[in-house]
Amino acid sequence: MNSFVIKNGLVIDPKNNINEILDIEVIDGVITRVEKNINSNLKHIDAKHKLVCPGFVEIHAHFREPGYTHKEDLQTGSLAALKGGYTTVCVMPNTNPVIDAPYLVDYLKLRAKNLNLVNIEVIGAVTKSLAGQELANMALLKKSGVVAFSDDGMPIMNAKIMRNALNYLENLEAPIILHEEDHNLSLPATMNEGSVSTKLGLTGTPGLAEEVMIARDIVLAKESKTRVHVAHVSTKKSVKLIRAAKEEGINITCEVTPHHLTLSEEELLTRPYDTNLKMSPPLRTKEDIYECIAGINDGTIDAIATDHAPHSIAEKDQEFSNAPNGIIGLESAFSILYMNLVKKELTSLFNLVSKLTIEPAKVLNLNKGSLSVGSSADITIIDLDQEYILDRSNLGSKSSNSPWINKKLLGKVKRVYVNGIEKLTEESHD
Amino acid sequence: MQSLYKTSHLLDTEHLSHKELNLIFDLARKFKNNDTLGTHRGTNVGFLFHEASTRTKGSFLIACKNLGINVLDLSPQNSSFVKGESLVDTAENLIALGVNLFVIRHNQSGIMNYLSEKIDVPIINGGDGMHAHPTQALLDAFTLIEHFGSIENKKVSIIGDIKHSRVARSNIHTLKTLGAEITVIGPKTFIPIGIEKMGVNISYSLDTILESDIIMALRIQKERQLSGLIPSFSDYASCYGIKEKHLTEIKSEAVIMHPGPVNRGIEISGKVADSKNSLILEQTTNGIFIRMAVISLLLEGNL
Repeated sequence: MNSFVIKNGLVIDPKNNINEILDIEVIDGVITRVEKNINSNLKHIDAKHKLVCPGFVEIHAHFREPGYTHKEDLQTGSLAALKGGYTTVCVMPNTNPVIDAPYLVDYLKLRAKNLNLVNIEVIGAVTKSLAGQELANMALLKKSGVVAFSDDGMPIMNAKIMRNALNYLENLEAPIILHEEDHNLSLPATMNEGSVSTKLGLTGTPGLAEEVMIARDIVLAKESKTRVHVAHVSTKKSVKLIRAAKEEGINITCEVTPHHLTLSEEELLTRPYDTNLKMSPPLRTKEDIYECIAGINDGTIDAIATDHAPHSIAEKDQEFSNAPNGIIGLESAFSILYMNLVKKELTSLFNLVSKLTIEPAKVLNLNKGSLSVGSSADITIIDLDQEYILDRSNLGSKSSNSPWINKKLLGKVKRVYVNGIEKLTEESHD
Repeated sequence: MQSLYKTSHLLDTEHLSHKELNLIFDLARKFKNNDTLGTHRGTNVGFLFHEASTRTKGSFLIACKNLGINVLDLSPQNSSFVKGESLVDTAENLIALGVNLFVIRHNQSGIMNYLSEKIDVPIINGGDGMHAHPTQALLDAFTLIEHFGSIENKKVSIIGDIKHSRVARSNIHTLKTLGAEITVIGPKTFIPIGIEKMGVNISYSLDTILESDIIMALRIQKERQLSGLIPSFSDYASCYGIKEKHLTEIKSEAVIMHPGPVNRGIEISGKVADSKNSLILEQTTNGIFIRMAVISLLLEGNL
C-alpha cells in the first residue's frame, strides 16, 4: 500500500538541488529512487503538470492542545496541515498547561502517534509557565524529545534569564526560538505604529519594540554557541540586524510568515478594524515587506513559518482592541506565497519550496524536508494551475480566522503522503 | 468583516464631503435662528456613554429635548457593557424596546464601526477611543464658519496631545475638507507617527501660533503624565500653554478654541479663555444645534 511510483511530476527538492521532471519510487514508505522514467510494476501516481516536493515543514504552529481545544486540537491542526501540504509540524508550548514538563511532551507525542496524521514535533517552554522568571527543566524536556525551546507569545523581558537560558542550552544543543518584542515599548499593542494606526486611532506597537530585543539578543547570543532562532521577523531593521549578526558568525537564524511577506498595514485602510488583520507582530509597512522578501532571497531569512494561530469566531468577533492576536496560516501558506511572490517573480518556486522544506528543517535540526533516497516518503503534490476559493466550510482547522477567507487562491494541494501513506487526496475537477 | 459605511451612521468625519458638511451646517443654522422647529416626537434615542462626558452628553440631551425626542440613558453606572459583543446585545435589546437611534461614547477606537455592522439603526459616534469625535469637529467647523464666513486657506494650529486626541483627528478631516491649512503642535511624545499622512504640518514650537488664524488647544489628560509622555502639567505648560502674553503676539483677529473641559493655566490661561479672541462658549452653544441637525438628518435618512 505504501509502495508506488509518482510519475512525471516537476520534482523540486532543494536539499538535493533537484528541479526537473522526474519519477519518484517509494517502497514501504521509504524513497528508493528519484530518477527519469522509472520502470516499475508498482502502482503509478500521475503527477504530470504538477509540482512534487518534500512535504512542508512548519516550525511555528499553535495547535492549542491541551487547554484551548475550542480553537484547535492536534487532530484539526493536523488536518489543516495536510490541506496545506505540510507533513511535519512543530507545536508551540503556550497551551494550558504550558508544555514545561516532560509528561506533557509524552502526552502530545502519544496523541500525535495515535492520530497518525502528520509528524508532530514538540517545542518546550524556556521558562516555567512562560512566566519569564525561572528556567523550565530544559534538560528533562530535551530528554523527553522536544526539538527546541520557546516562550513564544511571551518575550523573555529579563536579559539575565535570557543569558542564562542561552548558556544553559549550549550543552543541550537545542535551539531557542524567540518572540522578540519589548513589552514596555509595545503594549498596549493593536497594530503597527504608523500613519494607519494614527488615522484609525489605534495604539500602535512600533517596529523598534522588536528591533531592540533582537539587538539585545544578538549581543547575548555572541557569548553562547546556542542556536538563536528569531520567530516571525517583521521589520526591515530586524532583517538588517540579523544579516549583520550572521556575517559576524553568530549562530542565528530566523523565519518570516506568509502574511508579513504579502500584507502591509495599509490593508487596514480598506478593511478598517478587521480583527483577521490583527496579529503579533502586526502587519508592517511595504518597505518592511520588501526587506523581508530580500531576506528570503539572500538567505538572511532561513525559513517561512506560518505562526498558525487559531481563534474561535466568537473570540475574533469583537472590537479590534479586545480581539486576540493571530491568524491561521497552514492551509493557505503555499498558495499565498506562490501567487504573491513566485507569480510576481519576487522569488523563485525553487526558493519558495526550499523555505518551506529543507530550510526550516535545518533550523531545528529535523531530519525532514527532502526527497533523499532512504528518507521517509513525506511528499506533497500540488497543482500549480488550479484556482480555488478558501472556503470557511472546507477548512481542516477548527478556526477560520484568516484574512484570505473567501479569496480566490492559486496552487492547490492535491495529494500528501506521510511515511508513504496517502493522507490527503483532492480529486481533480478537470 | 468591515465594509465602508457611509449611509446611515455618523461614525467619523473622514467620509463627510463638503456638500454633506454644508447640509449639516445649513440645518444647524436654521435651528439656531429658529427658522425651523423640526420635531421628532415619539422618537426614542438611546444613550450609551461608556466614558465620562459633560458637554457632549448634556448637549445631546438638550438637542433631543428640543426635538421632542425621548432619551433612554443607559450610561456607565447603570449598565454593565464593556466589550463589543455585549454592546451589541445591549443595542439589540434597546432596539427591541423601540430605540430609533444611538448616541454612543466608548473608550475603544472603532467599536462603532464594529457595531454598525451588526445593527440597522443609525449610530452617532459621541467619541470612540482615539479615533473620532465627529460632532465636536462639526460644531468646531460650524463655529468657525459662523465667525469667518469661510475657512478656506485659513491657518489652523492644533496644540496638545494629538496622539490620543479623537477631537484632533476629526477636526483634521473636516478642516481639510473645508480647505484650511493645519499644523499640529506639541512635544514629540504627543505627535503620533505618520500624522503628516493625514495632510498636516508638524511643529514642536508654540511660536507657530503667531501666524495662525485659528488656535485650538486640546485638553491634557492626567494619565499622560503617569505614562511618562510628559514630566508634569506645569512642565508641559511652560512650553505649550497659551498665556496672556500670547494675546498681544498672535494675530489680532485670530480665534482661540478648546473642546473643553479646560484645565485653566495648563492648556490655556484663564485670561486667554475669557479673552475676546476666545470662541469657547460659542462652541458649546453651537454643539446643541449641530447635534439637532445630525440627529434630524439621520432620522430622516438624509445623511
